[in-house]
Amino acid sequence: MALEESHVRRAAHLARLAISDDQANRFVDDLSRILEMVDQLQQVNTDNVAPLAHPLDATQRLRADEVTETDRREQYQRCAPATEEGLYLVPRVVE
Amino acid sequence: MHDQTVTQLAAALKSGELSSREITAHYLQRIERLDDKLNSFISVTAERALNAAEAADKARADGHAHALAGIPLALKDIFCTQSVKTSCGSKMLDNFVAPYDATVVEKLEAAHTVSLGKTNMDEFAMGSSNENSHYGPVKNPWDLKAVPGGSSGGSAAAVAAGLVPAALGTDTGGSIRQPAAFCGITGLKPTYGRVSRYGMIAYASSLDQAGPMARSASDCAHLMNVIAGHDVRDSTSAARGVPDYTENLDAPLSGLKIGLPKEYFGDGLDADVERAVREAVRVYESLGATVREVSLPHTHYAIPAYYVIAPAEASSNLSRFDGVRFGHRCEDPKDLIDLYTRTRQEGFGEEVKRRILIGTHTLSEGFFDAYYIKAQKVRRLIRQDFLDAFEDVDVLMGPAAPTTAFNLGAKKDPVSMYLQDIYTIAVNLAGIPGISVPAGFAHGRPVGLQILGTHFAEAQLLNVAHQFQQATDWHRHLPALAEENA
Amino acid sequence: MQWETVIGLEVHVQLATRSKIFSGSSTAFGSEPNTQASAVDLGLPGSLPVLNEQAVAMAVQFGLAVHAEIPEVSVFDRKNYFYPDLPKGYQTSQMYHPIVGAGEVEITLDDDVTKRIRIHHAHLEEDAGKSLHEDFQGMTGIDLNRAGTPLLEIVSEPDMRSAKEAAAYLKAIHSIVTYLGISDGNMAEGSMRCDVNVSVRPKGADAFGTRAEIKNVNSFRFVERAIAFEVERQIELIEDGGKVVQETRLFDPERDETRSMRTKEEANDYRYFPCPDLLPVVLDQAYLDHLKTLLPELPADKRARFQNELGLSAYDANVLATSREMAEFFEEAYQVCGDAKQAANWVQGELSGALNRENLAIHQSPVSAQQLGGLIERVVDGTINGKAAKEVFQALWNGQGGSADEVIESKGLKQVTDSGAIEAMIDQVIAESPAQVAQYRDAEPDKRGKMIGYFVGQVMKASRGTANPQQVNGLLKQKLDALL
Repeated sequence: MALEESHVRRAAHLARLAISDDQANRFVDDLSRILEMVDQLQQVNTDNVAPLAHPLDATQRLRADEVTETDRREQYQRCAPATEEGLYLVPRVVE
Repeated sequence: MHDQTVTQLAAALKSGELSSREITAHYLQRIERLDDKLNSFISVTAERALNAAEAADKARADGHAHALAGIPLALKDIFCTQSVKTSCGSKMLDNFVAPYDATVVEKLEAAHTVSLGKTNMDEFAMGSSNENSHYGPVKNPWDLKAVPGGSSGGSAAAVAAGLVPAALGTDTGGSIRQPAAFCGITGLKPTYGRVSRYGMIAYASSLDQAGPMARSASDCAHLMNVIAGHDVRDSTSAARGVPDYTENLDAPLSGLKIGLPKEYFGDGLDADVERAVREAVRVYESLGATVREVSLPHTHYAIPAYYVIAPAEASSNLSRFDGVRFGHRCEDPKDLIDLYTRTRQEGFGEEVKRRILIGTHTLSEGFFDAYYIKAQKVRRLIRQDFLDAFEDVDVLMGPAAPTTAFNLGAKKDPVSMYLQDIYTIAVNLAGIPGISVPAGFAHGRPVGLQILGTHFAEAQLLNVAHQFQQATDWHRHLPALAEENA
Repeated sequence: MQWETVIGLEVHVQLATRSKIFSGSSTAFGSEPNTQASAVDLGLPGSLPVLNEQAVAMAVQFGLAVHAEIPEVSVFDRKNYFYPDLPKGYQTSQMYHPIVGAGEVEITLDDDVTKRIRIHHAHLEEDAGKSLHEDFQGMTGIDLNRAGTPLLEIVSEPDMRSAKEAAAYLKAIHSIVTYLGISDGNMAEGSMRCDVNVSVRPKGADAFGTRAEIKNVNSFRFVERAIAFEVERQIELIEDGGKVVQETRLFDPERDETRSMRTKEEANDYRYFPCPDLLPVVLDQAYLDHLKTLLPELPADKRARFQNELGLSAYDANVLATSREMAEFFEEAYQVCGDAKQAANWVQGELSGALNRENLAIHQSPVSAQQLGGLIERVVDGTINGKAAKEVFQALWNGQGGSADEVIESKGLKQVTDSGAIEAMIDQVIAESPAQVAQYRDAEPDKRGKMIGYFVGQVMKASRGTANPQQVNGLLKQKLDALL
């Protein structure tokens, strides 16, 4: 499947990455070569093969419904770029 | 002292011949003296280490110390540590001090081991050469022109140069085994889920696994005894008992059935590397093992499958780096989209962006089935190859990498870099354990023998590796740099 | 042209777990910002989710209550998008293998018309945090206390044909989740929110029209109003030659209208894929059987039993069965008094009226079900008359006395049924009212029935309300007619 610049631009937008025109061109080249390599997958016959998401056939363990966390806001917000009155600050969100 | 194994140092600590303070101070001096050349550490925490060493000595004096109490270690900078920066090799986290410790860090501290600091790595563990670090490349102690491998290149170089007796690394597609091979040390990637991932910054969650990197298999066994085990905070952690990994080290290998996957000895394998690996296999035959050729027919598709699955998971795992709650944030964002796009543009390096873009693209509408679902189906076939092989043989052996360490800057094209992981990557897709042990040299650089076992066969792998190290002394070789005097 | 409305609902129910779906943080409402946001809820690097067993149990109980198929395996997926209230950059949800499969809910429309609404599936997911738009140096503040609160998203088939049906469906869901105790159902606090998909098509057409999705409607009334507005808008648009566009709209209750959420974004691409940090959830039959034994009697079954076994009207049965608390109150009162019809009347009448006046929920009622039952029993056995009963109720409401019998005793409200005593009072009233007796005598026979009211009132007054009104009536008539 051929990769076009629009694909890279769209992926960059979805992934919230700002990329310059220069970079876009380079990424188109790089990603095209990577996907060309990836396209070898199409040679494999996978009829009747179920996808494998986890290497072990384990199932989800469940946690008891207990409150085990205490308020650690101060520690957690020490590594935050911008907070006020306990809130994380971001540029105004327009709804 | 720096040529000693963890096993030897632990004995000296136990007998009282050495104190942890002495050992710790010694290694800190070595880091101070030699690491300028290697760049293997991102953070060195000398004062904390000396304090921890004193506490370990005290615990020993009080008679309730763990076998490894007082042993200095280093942590790949991917494990979250309270009060010490955890950068993951990225500008994005250059200012990040985690408010909590990773489970393995807690376990190591509980055993009174002494952390000397955090080691350099490819950014977010994405790379095979350690050239993708925000903190600059790491050099291979055997030859400063060469890469140490990646992504756990800092841990590998530090251990190889005798800056620390052992270190923790992580392995998503070969990131413990390949740098161990390139730097001539022993590195174990345990079964997926054997060691907790809690507090280990995720690259590709269904592939990531932490493991020990040290001078010997015996050292790795000692470290596994500390770090392995079920963690209720990690849903993917295996809920099964942990053996004493040192117990079985001395078991004889007579009757061991070794399989050599024919796909691991094909095109692209350096002839001298092959020679060293085949020589190592002959050592096993002399120890009573039988050898046969086996086939892992889907080997060729492991790299393509990996470069769909790992970037897909990574693209999602790395979305949390958005400049809101932690990490880098761009100056004066003018609106929300600017905050996101500029923060991530500035914070992530080239390779990370590349993988985020691949992952985002292959998960997006119209491509998901052809790439992601297809790759997951191929993943099942790859795992089945291994399970079939282990019906016939006990372990698989082959090279850890197709070549020895290549020179810095030698691989400019991402795809040629990715192909480095041809022998390691399928192991992560299948979730099985693998170990790389020093098996001689080619072109003056170390060669790693990779030994693979079935799920949860770590004890067996360590036994098989240890017996080799009883019969050979490749793992005792030290690079000239390690012997340099001040 | 005749138009038909087609409605489907996605109802998000916050599950009443103590801790969050993937972390041990409290889910309590109304705490200081970010004091209930742990490393997992904040999406700190390296943190990992572990699933809450109670969230699973609650989702499955809902599934069992709507007769849904519960698949053996369900899987969590990641829904990827960036938003400040979504800390990880993805919402953990279930796209491909939800925990609850297809089921159905019975709704009751006017009186006894019922209709089945199919449920497509219900899935577990985590709630997002909240954006606070007050001015923080021109910035928006993010509170992640709510992030990670378990949600059950219940997705209906497009089976509803009117705003009324949609509201009835929402009420039915509300009733089921509160019956099960899996949610407090508090819409004002956002414990239950819904997205409404609305389209119109010419009556008789098979194909659906283009739908608009109205996001985050948070009351029964708003659902009806939003749909009413939206249907009208779409019909007008089409009749004027326009086309409905598939879009997301918001309901503005102040202006009573929906409007487009004109996002500059092009259509989202959420890139769902299985969450690699969580493993498949596998539920075996024994687990389902166990949960089945814990199910309470559900609204539809209660309604049927109230009608069929207790002989209540469809209307009464429906009103009483809608709320589990009210139904249980009613049943307890009925157990005491033995008269279902009377108990239904009292609960819906006097009791509900008093509760409404003082804005109390039924569990806050000052009159207990036992007390009310005791009171009704005395009405039924004739110990007190209706007027006295109201007085007893008021006394109990005000805390004057522990039981109806106590109040009746202390206030002397016991009904007088002794004919001799009543006759004596009548004789006295007749003796004291010569003018009225004269009027009665002179009146046309057909007017006399009305005039007797005066005498009844006087007798009742003399008895301080305790005389049996029927007896008073009968005896008065005899005695007055004897004077003619």
